[in-house]
Amino acid sequence: MSGFVRGQAAIVGAATFGIGEAPGYDTLDLAARASIDALNQAGIALKDVDGLFLALPDDMLSGLSFAEYLGLHPKITENNRTGGSAFQTYVYWAALALAMGEIDTALIAYGSNQRTKSGKLVTPAQDPAWEDPYKAIMPASSYALAASRHMHQYGTTREHLAEVAVAARGWANLNPEAFAKGPLSIEDVLASRMVSTPLTVRDCCLVTDGAAAIVMTRADRARDLVAKPAYVLGAAAATWHRNITAMPDLTVSAAAESGARAYAQAKLGPKDVDVVELYDAFTINTILFLEDLGFCPKGEGGRFVSGGQIAPGGGLPVNTNGGGLSCVHPGMYGLFTLVEAVAQITGTAGARQVPDVNVAVAHGNGGVLSSQATVILGSGATL
Amino acid sequence: MTSNPIPATPIPTTDELRPLRDYQAYLDEGRFMLLRDRTTGEAFFFPRVLAPVTGSRDLEWFEASGRGTVYAVTVVQKRPPTPNYNVVLVDLEEGPRVMSRVEGLAPDDVFIDMKVQARVAQVDGKGILLFDPAPENQIAAGEKAA
Repeated sequence: MSGFVRGQAAIVGAATFGIGEAPGYDTLDLAARASIDALNQAGIALKDVDGLFLALPDDMLSGLSFAEYLGLHPKITENNRTGGSAFQTYVYWAALALAMGEIDTALIAYGSNQRTKSGKLVTPAQDPAWEDPYKAIMPASSYALAASRHMHQYGTTREHLAEVAVAARGWANLNPEAFAKGPLSIEDVLASRMVSTPLTVRDCCLVTDGAAAIVMTRADRARDLVAKPAYVLGAAAATWHRNITAMPDLTVSAAAESGARAYAQAKLGPKDVDVVELYDAFTINTILFLEDLGFCPKGEGGRFVSGGQIAPGGGLPVNTNGGGLSCVHPGMYGLFTLVEAVAQITGTAGARQVPDVNVAVAHGNGGVLSSQATVILGSGATL
Repeated sequence: MTSNPIPATPIPTTDELRPLRDYQAYLDEGRFMLLRDRTTGEAFFFPRVLAPVTGSRDLEWFEASGRGTVYAVTVVQKRPPTPNYNVVLVDLEEGPRVMSRVEGLAPDDVFIDMKVQARVAQVDGKGILLFDPAPENQIAAGEKAA
Protein backbone atom coordinates (compact mmCIF):
# COMPACT_ATOMS: atom_id res chain seq x y z
CA MET A 1 0.00 0.00 0.00
CA SER A 2 1.30 3.44 -0.82
CA GLY A 3 0.00 6.94 -1.32
CA PHE A 4 -2.15 9.27 0.70
CA VAL A 5 -5.67 8.45 1.87
CA ARG A 6 -7.27 10.99 -0.48
CA GLY A 7 -10.84 11.87 0.50
CA GLN A 8 -11.06 9.25 3.25
CA ALA A 9 -11.15 11.76 6.09
CA ALA A 10 -13.02 15.04 6.37
CA ILE A 11 -13.36 18.10 8.56
CA VAL A 12 -16.87 18.26 10.01
CA GLY A 13 -16.49 21.14 12.46
CA ALA A 14 -14.37 24.29 12.44
CA ALA A 15 -14.61 27.14 14.91
CA THR A 16 -12.76 30.12 16.33
CA PHE A 17 -13.11 31.84 19.68
CA GLY A 18 -11.83 34.98 21.34
CA ILE A 19 -10.26 36.52 18.23
CA GLY A 20 -8.65 39.85 19.10
CA GLU A 21 -8.80 40.29 22.85
CA ALA A 22 -10.11 37.71 25.29
CA PRO A 23 -9.13 39.05 28.69
CA GLY A 24 -9.15 36.73 31.67
CA TYR A 25 -9.06 33.47 29.76
CA ASP A 26 -6.27 30.94 30.11
CA THR A 27 -4.92 29.43 26.87
CA LEU A 28 -6.63 26.12 27.71
CA ASP A 29 -9.95 27.91 28.28
CA LEU A 30 -9.72 29.47 24.84
CA ALA A 31 -8.80 26.21 23.10
CA ALA A 32 -11.62 24.42 24.91
CA ARG A 33 -14.24 27.01 23.91
CA ALA A 34 -13.30 26.73 20.24
CA SER A 35 -13.25 22.93 20.55
CA ILE A 36 -16.73 22.57 21.98
CA ASP A 37 -18.12 24.87 19.28
CA ALA A 38 -16.48 22.78 16.55
CA LEU A 39 -17.76 19.53 18.09
CA ASN A 40 -21.28 20.95 18.36
CA GLN A 41 -21.26 21.85 14.65
CA ALA A 42 -20.65 18.16 13.91
CA GLY A 43 -23.01 16.86 16.60
CA ILE A 44 -20.15 14.84 18.10
CA ALA A 45 -19.97 14.43 21.87
CA LEU A 46 -16.81 15.56 23.62
CA LYS A 47 -16.34 12.08 25.12
CA ASP A 48 -16.12 10.59 21.62
CA VAL A 49 -12.84 12.38 20.85
CA ASP A 50 -10.15 9.70 20.78
CA GLY A 51 -7.42 11.61 18.94
CA LEU A 52 -6.23 14.87 20.50
CA PHE A 53 -3.84 17.20 18.67
CA LEU A 54 -2.76 20.46 20.26
CA ALA A 55 0.24 22.78 20.59
CA LEU A 56 0.03 25.65 23.06
CA PRO A 57 2.74 28.32 23.20
CA ASP A 58 3.07 28.45 26.98
CA ASP A 59 2.95 24.79 28.03
CA MET A 60 5.49 22.21 26.90
CA LEU A 61 3.15 19.36 27.90
CA SER A 62 0.03 21.00 26.50
CA GLY A 63 -1.32 17.82 24.93
CA LEU A 64 -1.47 16.22 28.35
CA SER A 65 -2.89 19.36 29.92
CA PHE A 66 -5.68 19.53 27.35
CA ALA A 67 -6.62 15.86 27.75
CA GLU A 68 -6.89 16.48 31.49
CA TYR A 69 -8.86 19.71 31.00
CA LEU A 70 -11.39 18.01 28.70
CA GLY A 71 -11.57 14.85 30.85
CA LEU A 72 -10.48 12.67 27.95
CA HIS A 73 -8.32 9.54 27.75
CA PRO A 74 -7.27 9.81 24.08
CA LYS A 75 -5.64 7.00 22.12
CA ILE A 76 -3.47 9.59 20.41
CA THR A 77 -2.23 12.69 22.24
CA GLU A 78 0.01 14.92 20.12
CA ASN A 79 1.82 18.10 21.06
CA ASN A 80 4.23 18.72 18.22
CA ARG A 81 6.65 21.62 17.96
CA THR A 82 6.83 22.47 14.27
CA GLY A 83 5.50 25.94 15.07
CA GLY A 84 2.64 27.42 13.10
CA SER A 85 2.64 24.51 10.67
CA ALA A 86 1.83 22.05 13.48
CA PHE A 87 -1.86 22.03 12.63
CA GLN A 88 -1.46 21.14 8.97
CA THR A 89 0.89 18.39 10.09
CA TYR A 90 -1.85 17.19 12.46
CA VAL A 91 -4.35 16.98 9.60
CA TYR A 92 -1.90 14.68 7.83
CA TRP A 93 -1.45 12.36 10.81
CA ALA A 94 -5.13 12.47 11.77
CA ALA A 95 -6.22 11.58 8.22
CA LEU A 96 -3.92 8.54 8.27
CA ALA A 97 -5.00 7.44 11.75
CA LEU A 98 -8.70 7.83 10.83
CA ALA A 99 -8.35 5.97 7.54
CA MET A 100 -6.53 3.13 9.32
CA GLY A 101 -9.31 2.91 11.90
CA GLU A 102 -6.93 3.71 14.75
CA ILE A 103 -9.20 6.55 15.89
CA ASP A 104 -12.72 7.70 15.04
CA THR A 105 -12.69 11.40 15.96
CA ALA A 106 -9.75 13.78 15.86
CA LEU A 107 -9.83 17.15 17.60
CA ILE A 108 -7.16 19.67 16.55
CA ALA A 109 -7.03 22.81 18.69
CA TYR A 110 -5.07 25.92 19.56
CA GLY A 111 -5.48 28.90 21.85
CA SER A 112 -3.44 31.85 23.04
CA ASN A 113 -4.00 34.83 25.32
CA GLN A 114 -0.70 36.48 24.37
CA ARG A 115 -2.13 39.93 23.63
CA THR A 116 -4.02 40.51 26.86
CA LYS A 117 -1.51 38.62 28.99
CA SER A 118 1.81 39.97 27.70
CA GLY A 119 1.19 42.28 24.73
CA LYS A 120 3.76 40.48 22.61
CA LEU A 121 4.51 37.20 20.91
CA VAL A 122 4.64 34.39 23.46
CA THR A 123 7.04 31.67 22.37
CA PRO A 124 9.43 29.27 24.06
CA ALA A 125 11.69 29.52 21.00
CA GLN A 126 15.21 30.87 21.62
CA ASP A 127 17.90 32.22 19.32
CA PRO A 128 20.93 29.94 19.00
CA ALA A 129 24.39 30.96 20.21
CA TRP A 130 25.57 31.75 16.66
CA GLU A 131 22.72 34.21 16.01
CA ASP A 132 21.90 35.65 19.42
CA PRO A 133 24.83 38.14 19.70
CA TYR A 134 23.66 40.09 16.64
CA LYS A 135 20.38 41.15 18.31
CA ALA A 136 18.11 40.58 15.37
CA ILE A 137 14.43 41.09 16.17
CA MET A 138 13.23 37.52 15.89
CA PRO A 139 11.29 36.38 14.06
CA ALA A 140 10.82 39.64 12.09
CA SER A 141 14.47 40.08 11.08
CA SER A 142 14.66 36.57 9.64
CA TYR A 143 11.76 37.33 7.32
CA ALA A 144 13.29 40.73 6.58
CA LEU A 145 16.48 38.99 5.45
CA ALA A 146 14.41 36.78 3.15
CA ALA A 147 12.62 39.85 1.79
CA SER A 148 15.95 41.61 1.17
CA ARG A 149 17.15 38.68 -0.86
CA HIS A 150 13.91 38.43 -2.86
CA MET A 151 14.07 42.14 -3.66
CA HIS A 152 17.70 41.86 -4.72
CA GLN A 153 17.24 38.76 -6.84
CA TYR A 154 13.86 39.44 -8.44
CA GLY A 155 13.25 43.17 -8.25
CA THR A 156 10.47 42.81 -5.70
CA THR A 157 9.65 46.20 -4.15
CA ARG A 158 8.30 47.52 -0.88
CA GLU A 159 5.16 48.45 -2.82
CA HIS A 160 4.73 44.77 -3.73
CA LEU A 161 5.03 43.82 -0.07
CA ALA A 162 2.53 46.55 0.82
CA GLU A 163 0.04 45.12 -1.70
CA VAL A 164 -0.13 41.97 0.44
CA ALA A 165 -0.99 43.94 3.57
CA VAL A 166 -3.57 46.04 1.73
CA ALA A 167 -5.24 42.94 0.25
CA ALA A 168 -5.40 41.29 3.66
CA ARG A 169 -7.03 44.42 5.10
CA GLY A 170 -9.56 44.41 2.27
CA TRP A 171 -10.66 40.91 3.24
CA ALA A 172 -10.60 41.75 6.97
CA ASN A 173 -13.01 44.60 6.29
CA LEU A 174 -15.52 41.95 5.13
CA ASN A 175 -14.99 39.76 8.22
CA PRO A 176 -16.90 40.70 11.39
CA GLU A 177 -14.38 38.71 13.49
CA ALA A 178 -11.26 40.44 12.14
CA PHE A 179 -9.26 42.45 14.66
CA ALA A 180 -7.68 45.11 12.41
CA LYS A 181 -10.14 46.96 10.20
CA GLY A 182 -10.50 50.23 8.40
CA PRO A 183 -8.90 51.68 5.30
CA LEU A 184 -5.27 50.83 4.55
CA SER A 185 -3.42 52.06 1.47
CA ILE A 186 -0.06 51.22 -0.08
CA GLU A 187 1.09 54.66 1.05
CA ASP A 188 -0.05 53.95 4.63
CA VAL A 189 2.05 50.79 4.71
CA LEU A 190 5.10 52.50 3.24
CA ALA A 191 4.80 55.36 5.75
CA SER A 192 4.32 53.16 8.79
CA ARG A 193 7.05 52.56 11.35
CA MET A 194 10.01 50.57 10.04
CA VAL A 195 10.82 47.53 12.20
CA SER A 196 13.60 45.66 10.40
CA THR A 197 14.21 46.81 6.83
CA PRO A 198 12.43 46.34 4.50
CA LEU A 199 9.54 45.35 6.80
CA THR A 200 7.37 47.97 8.49
CA VAL A 201 4.95 47.29 11.31
CA ARG A 202 2.22 46.88 8.65
CA ASP A 203 4.29 44.18 6.96
CA CYS A 204 4.18 42.25 10.25
CA CYS A 205 1.34 40.14 11.60
CA LEU A 206 -0.87 41.21 14.48
CA VAL A 207 -0.35 40.24 18.09
CA THR A 208 -3.77 39.05 19.26
CA ASP A 209 -5.50 36.50 21.44
CA GLY A 210 -7.54 33.80 19.79
CA ALA A 211 -8.40 30.13 19.55
CA ALA A 212 -9.40 27.73 16.82
CA ALA A 213 -10.44 24.09 16.56
CA ILE A 214 -11.36 21.59 13.88
CA VAL A 215 -12.94 18.15 14.16
CA MET A 216 -12.11 15.34 11.74
CA THR A 217 -13.70 11.98 11.14
CA ARG A 218 -13.87 9.34 8.41
CA ALA A 219 -15.61 10.35 5.20
CA ASP A 220 -18.49 7.86 5.48
CA ARG A 221 -19.40 9.12 8.94
CA ALA A 222 -18.82 12.74 7.92
CA ARG A 223 -21.63 12.56 5.33
CA ASP A 224 -24.08 11.42 8.03
CA LEU A 225 -23.08 14.24 10.37
CA VAL A 226 -23.00 17.39 8.23
CA ALA A 227 -24.32 18.61 4.90
CA LYS A 228 -20.95 19.69 3.53
CA PRO A 229 -17.86 17.96 4.86
CA ALA A 230 -14.51 19.41 3.79
CA TYR A 231 -12.63 16.38 2.55
CA VAL A 232 -8.89 16.08 3.03
CA LEU A 233 -7.56 15.54 -0.48
CA GLY A 234 -3.89 16.05 0.29
CA ALA A 235 -1.65 16.87 3.24
CA ALA A 236 2.13 17.04 3.36
CA ALA A 237 4.85 18.62 5.49
CA ALA A 238 8.49 19.47 4.87
CA THR A 239 11.25 20.81 7.14
CA TRP A 240 14.42 22.29 5.67
CA HIS A 241 16.01 24.17 8.59
CA ARG A 242 15.31 25.78 11.96
CA ASN A 243 17.19 29.10 12.03
CA ILE A 244 17.48 31.53 9.14
CA THR A 245 21.28 31.12 8.88
CA ALA A 246 20.73 27.53 7.75
CA MET A 247 17.99 28.22 5.18
CA PRO A 248 19.53 27.02 1.91
CA ASP A 249 18.02 29.68 -0.36
CA LEU A 250 16.13 32.54 1.26
CA THR A 251 13.88 32.89 -1.81
CA VAL A 252 12.64 29.27 -1.84
CA SER A 253 10.78 27.74 1.08
CA ALA A 254 10.03 24.09 1.83
CA ALA A 255 6.48 24.89 0.65
CA ALA A 256 7.83 23.97 -2.78
CA GLU A 257 8.19 20.43 -1.48
CA SER A 258 5.13 20.18 0.79
CA GLY A 259 2.93 21.76 -1.89
CA ALA A 260 4.15 19.46 -4.65
CA ARG A 261 3.46 16.39 -2.52
CA ALA A 262 0.03 17.65 -1.45
CA TYR A 263 -0.97 18.39 -5.06
CA ALA A 264 0.17 14.92 -6.14
CA GLN A 265 -1.89 13.32 -3.38
CA ALA A 266 -4.93 15.41 -4.31
CA LYS A 267 -4.43 14.79 -8.03
CA LEU A 268 -4.91 18.53 -8.48
CA GLY A 269 -2.77 21.51 -9.38
CA PRO A 270 -2.73 25.23 -8.56
CA LYS A 271 -5.11 26.01 -11.44
CA ASP A 272 -7.79 23.90 -9.71
CA VAL A 273 -7.64 25.90 -6.47
CA ASP A 274 -10.51 28.31 -5.73
CA VAL A 275 -9.24 29.94 -2.52
CA VAL A 276 -5.79 30.09 -0.93
CA GLU A 277 -5.26 30.48 2.81
CA LEU A 278 -1.57 31.08 3.60
CA TYR A 279 0.25 31.67 6.86
CA ASP A 280 1.10 35.37 6.39
CA ALA A 281 3.23 36.11 9.42
CA PHE A 282 4.87 38.78 7.26
CA THR A 283 4.01 40.16 3.82
CA ILE A 284 6.97 38.35 2.23
CA ASN A 285 5.40 35.01 3.27
CA THR A 286 2.44 35.46 0.97
CA ILE A 287 4.72 36.25 -1.97
CA LEU A 288 7.03 33.30 -1.30
CA PHE A 289 4.22 30.82 -0.75
CA LEU A 290 2.26 31.90 -3.84
CA GLU A 291 5.41 31.15 -5.83
CA ASP A 292 6.36 27.95 -4.02
CA LEU A 293 2.81 26.59 -4.28
CA GLY A 294 2.78 27.23 -8.01
CA PHE A 295 0.36 30.14 -8.37
CA CYS A 296 3.01 32.14 -10.21
CA PRO A 297 6.60 31.50 -11.32
CA LYS A 298 9.49 31.88 -8.85
CA GLY A 299 10.40 35.53 -8.51
CA GLU A 300 7.09 36.82 -9.92
CA GLY A 301 5.20 36.92 -6.61
CA GLY A 302 5.58 40.66 -6.14
CA ARG A 303 4.28 41.47 -9.59
CA PHE A 304 1.59 38.77 -9.23
CA VAL A 305 0.00 40.41 -6.16
CA SER A 306 0.09 43.90 -7.70
CA GLY A 307 -3.04 45.80 -8.64
CA GLY A 308 -5.22 44.10 -6.06
CA GLN A 309 -4.85 40.66 -7.65
CA ILE A 310 -5.27 38.83 -4.30
CA ALA A 311 -7.65 41.39 -2.72
CA PRO A 312 -11.46 41.15 -2.79
CA GLY A 313 -12.48 41.36 -6.43
CA GLY A 314 -9.04 40.25 -7.65
CA GLY A 315 -8.15 37.22 -9.74
CA LEU A 316 -7.15 34.88 -6.89
CA PRO A 317 -8.77 35.07 -3.44
CA VAL A 318 -5.96 34.81 -0.86
CA ASN A 319 -6.34 34.94 2.93
CA THR A 320 -10.04 35.65 2.78
CA ASN A 321 -10.41 36.05 6.55
CA GLY A 322 -7.89 38.90 6.60
CA GLY A 323 -4.99 36.63 7.51
CA GLY A 324 -2.45 37.00 10.26
CA LEU A 325 -1.86 40.52 9.02
CA SER A 326 -5.35 41.86 9.69
CA CYS A 327 -7.62 39.17 11.19
CA VAL A 328 -5.87 37.28 13.98
CA HIS A 329 -2.38 36.19 14.97
CA PRO A 330 -2.19 34.57 18.37
CA GLY A 331 1.34 33.17 17.97
CA MET A 332 0.80 30.03 15.92
CA TYR A 333 -1.71 30.92 13.22
CA GLY A 334 -1.74 27.77 11.06
CA LEU A 335 -5.05 26.40 12.33
CA PHE A 336 -6.90 29.58 11.35
CA THR A 337 -6.06 28.98 7.68
CA LEU A 338 -7.80 25.61 7.97
CA VAL A 339 -10.87 27.09 9.68
CA GLU A 340 -11.20 29.71 6.93
CA ALA A 341 -10.72 27.12 4.18
CA VAL A 342 -13.54 25.08 5.71
CA ALA A 343 -15.78 28.16 5.94
CA GLN A 344 -15.22 28.85 2.24
CA ILE A 345 -15.92 25.24 1.21
CA THR A 346 -19.06 25.00 3.34
CA GLY A 347 -20.29 28.36 2.08
CA THR A 348 -20.51 29.92 5.54
CA ALA A 349 -18.07 32.82 5.08
CA GLY A 350 -20.73 35.55 4.90
CA ALA A 351 -19.78 38.80 3.16
CA ARG A 352 -16.34 37.46 2.25
CA GLN A 353 -17.66 34.22 0.74
CA VAL A 354 -16.07 33.38 -2.59
CA PRO A 355 -18.66 31.86 -4.97
CA ASP A 356 -18.52 28.14 -5.83
CA VAL A 357 -15.52 27.07 -3.76
CA ASN A 358 -14.67 23.41 -4.31
CA VAL A 359 -10.93 23.35 -3.65
CA ALA A 360 -9.07 25.27 -0.94
CA VAL A 361 -5.43 25.32 0.07
CA ALA A 362 -4.57 25.88 3.75
CA HIS A 363 -0.85 26.33 4.19
CA GLY A 364 1.05 26.51 7.48
CA ASN A 365 4.49 27.96 8.21
CA GLY A 366 6.57 27.24 11.30
CA GLY A 367 9.70 28.82 12.74
CA VAL A 368 11.39 31.23 10.32
CA LEU A 369 10.21 29.82 6.99
CA SER A 370 11.48 26.53 8.47
CA SER A 371 8.64 24.02 8.55
CA GLN A 372 6.06 24.13 5.77
CA ALA A 373 2.88 22.08 5.63
CA THR A 374 0.17 22.16 2.99
CA VAL A 375 -3.38 20.83 3.22
CA ILE A 376 -5.72 20.65 0.24
CA LEU A 377 -9.41 20.46 1.10
CA GLY A 378 -12.23 19.72 -1.28
CA SER A 379 -16.02 19.70 -1.42
CA GLY A 380 -18.00 16.55 -2.20
CA ALA A 381 -17.73 17.42 -5.89
CA THR A 382 -13.98 16.73 -5.84
CA LEU A 383 -14.27 13.09 -4.73
CA MET B 1 34.43 27.54 -3.08
CA THR B 2 35.49 23.98 -2.21
CA SER B 3 39.20 24.34 -1.56
CA ASN B 4 40.48 26.35 1.34
CA PRO B 5 43.40 28.56 0.31
CA ILE B 6 44.52 29.12 3.90
CA PRO B 7 46.72 26.32 5.26
CA ALA B 8 44.70 24.42 7.79
CA THR B 9 45.71 24.14 11.37
CA PRO B 10 44.72 20.52 11.76
CA ILE B 11 43.33 19.95 15.17
CA PRO B 12 42.10 16.41 15.71
CA THR B 13 38.61 16.36 17.03
CA THR B 14 36.60 13.14 17.49
CA ASP B 15 35.86 12.58 21.15
CA GLU B 16 37.46 15.79 22.39
CA LEU B 17 35.12 17.91 20.30
CA ARG B 18 32.69 20.12 22.20
CA PRO B 19 31.42 22.10 19.21
CA LEU B 20 29.97 25.34 20.53
CA ARG B 21 32.22 25.56 23.55
CA ASP B 22 35.30 25.12 21.38
CA TYR B 23 34.03 27.58 18.75
CA GLN B 24 33.50 30.26 21.39
CA ALA B 25 36.86 29.50 23.03
CA TYR B 26 38.59 30.14 19.68
CA LEU B 27 36.67 33.41 19.28
CA ASP B 28 37.74 34.39 22.78
CA GLU B 29 41.35 33.88 21.59
CA GLY B 30 40.60 36.09 18.57
CA ARG B 31 40.46 33.20 16.08
CA PHE B 32 37.59 32.46 13.65
CA MET B 33 37.62 28.68 13.24
CA LEU B 34 35.35 26.43 11.23
CA LEU B 35 34.81 22.69 11.28
CA ARG B 36 35.21 20.60 8.17
CA ASP B 37 34.79 16.98 7.23
CA ARG B 38 38.26 15.54 6.53
CA THR B 39 36.92 12.96 4.10
CA THR B 40 35.15 15.44 1.82
CA GLY B 41 37.03 18.63 2.77
CA GLU B 42 33.65 20.33 3.11
CA ALA B 43 33.33 23.02 5.78
CA PHE B 44 30.09 23.55 7.66
CA PHE B 45 28.52 25.97 10.10
CA PHE B 46 27.25 25.95 12.87
CA PRO B 47 29.75 23.67 14.67
CA ARG B 48 28.36 20.27 15.65
CA VAL B 49 29.56 16.77 16.56
CA LEU B 50 29.03 15.42 13.05
CA ALA B 51 28.98 16.70 9.49
CA PRO B 52 25.41 17.38 8.39
CA VAL B 53 23.93 14.97 5.84
CA THR B 54 26.92 12.61 5.74
CA GLY B 55 27.08 12.08 9.49
CA SER B 56 30.86 11.95 9.31
CA ARG B 57 32.69 12.33 12.62
CA ASP B 58 36.10 12.65 10.97
CA LEU B 59 36.22 16.39 11.60
CA GLU B 60 38.86 19.05 12.09
CA TRP B 61 38.94 22.70 13.01
CA PHE B 62 40.65 25.08 10.59
CA GLU B 63 41.19 28.82 10.45
CA ALA B 64 38.66 30.49 8.17
CA SER B 65 39.95 32.93 5.56
CA GLY B 66 37.42 35.47 6.78
CA ARG B 67 36.61 36.45 3.22
CA GLY B 68 32.93 36.59 2.47
CA THR B 69 30.08 38.16 0.53
CA VAL B 70 26.91 39.66 1.96
CA TYR B 71 24.01 37.35 1.04
CA ALA B 72 21.16 39.19 2.79
CA VAL B 73 20.84 42.26 4.99
CA THR B 74 18.35 43.93 7.30
CA VAL B 75 18.70 47.08 9.40
CA VAL B 76 17.11 46.84 12.82
CA GLN B 77 15.39 50.10 13.75
CA LYS B 78 15.92 51.47 17.23
CA ARG B 79 14.32 54.35 19.03
CA PRO B 80 16.69 57.36 18.98
CA PRO B 81 19.19 58.03 20.41
CA THR B 82 20.01 54.31 20.20
CA PRO B 83 21.58 53.84 16.76
CA ASN B 84 20.21 51.41 14.19
CA TYR B 85 22.38 48.43 13.30
CA ASN B 86 22.49 45.88 10.53
CA VAL B 87 22.17 42.11 10.69
CA VAL B 88 23.64 40.23 7.74
CA LEU B 89 24.01 36.75 6.42
CA VAL B 90 27.48 36.33 4.94
CA ASP B 91 28.48 33.58 2.54
CA LEU B 92 32.03 32.60 3.44
CA GLU B 93 34.60 31.82 0.79
CA GLU B 94 34.80 28.29 2.25
CA GLY B 95 31.09 27.72 1.62
CA PRO B 96 29.19 28.04 4.90
CA ARG B 97 26.90 30.95 5.72
CA VAL B 98 27.05 32.86 9.01
CA MET B 99 24.99 35.57 10.68
CA SER B 100 26.90 38.70 11.67
CA ARG B 101 27.08 42.50 11.54
CA VAL B 102 29.08 44.67 9.15
CA GLU B 103 30.75 47.59 10.90
CA GLY B 104 32.85 50.50 9.71
CA LEU B 105 30.11 52.16 7.69
CA ALA B 106 26.57 53.44 8.18
CA PRO B 107 24.24 50.48 8.80
CA ASP B 108 22.12 51.36 5.76
CA ASP B 109 25.17 51.36 3.46
CA VAL B 110 25.63 47.60 3.62
CA PHE B 111 24.41 45.97 0.42
CA ILE B 112 23.94 42.48 -0.94
CA ASP B 113 27.01 41.17 -2.82
CA MET B 114 29.29 43.47 -0.80
CA LYS B 115 32.69 41.86 -0.20
CA VAL B 116 33.48 41.71 3.50
CA GLN B 117 36.32 40.60 5.73
CA ALA B 118 35.89 38.94 9.14
CA ARG B 119 37.20 40.45 12.33
CA VAL B 120 36.97 38.93 15.79
CA ALA B 121 36.16 41.61 18.36
CA GLN B 122 36.17 41.22 22.12
CA VAL B 123 33.07 42.45 23.89
CA ASP B 124 32.72 42.01 27.64
CA GLY B 125 35.52 39.45 27.56
CA LYS B 126 33.89 37.34 24.88
CA GLY B 127 34.87 36.99 21.24
CA ILE B 128 32.29 37.95 18.64
CA LEU B 129 32.54 37.47 14.88
CA LEU B 130 32.06 40.74 12.97
CA PHE B 131 32.79 41.88 9.44
CA ASP B 132 34.24 45.01 7.83
CA PRO B 133 33.95 46.03 4.19
CA ALA B 134 36.77 44.34 2.27
CA PRO B 135 39.41 46.75 0.86
CA GLU B 136 38.35 46.20 -2.78
CA ASN B 137 34.83 46.96 -1.75
CA GLN B 138 35.65 50.33 -0.23
CA ILE B 139 36.91 51.37 -3.63
CA ALA B 140 33.69 50.15 -5.22
CA ALA B 141 31.61 51.98 -2.61
CA GLY B 142 33.63 55.15 -3.23
CA GLU B 143 32.93 54.92 -6.93
CA LYS B 144 29.27 54.31 -6.19
CA ALA B 145 29.12 57.46 -4.02
CA ALA B 146 30.90 59.50 -6.69
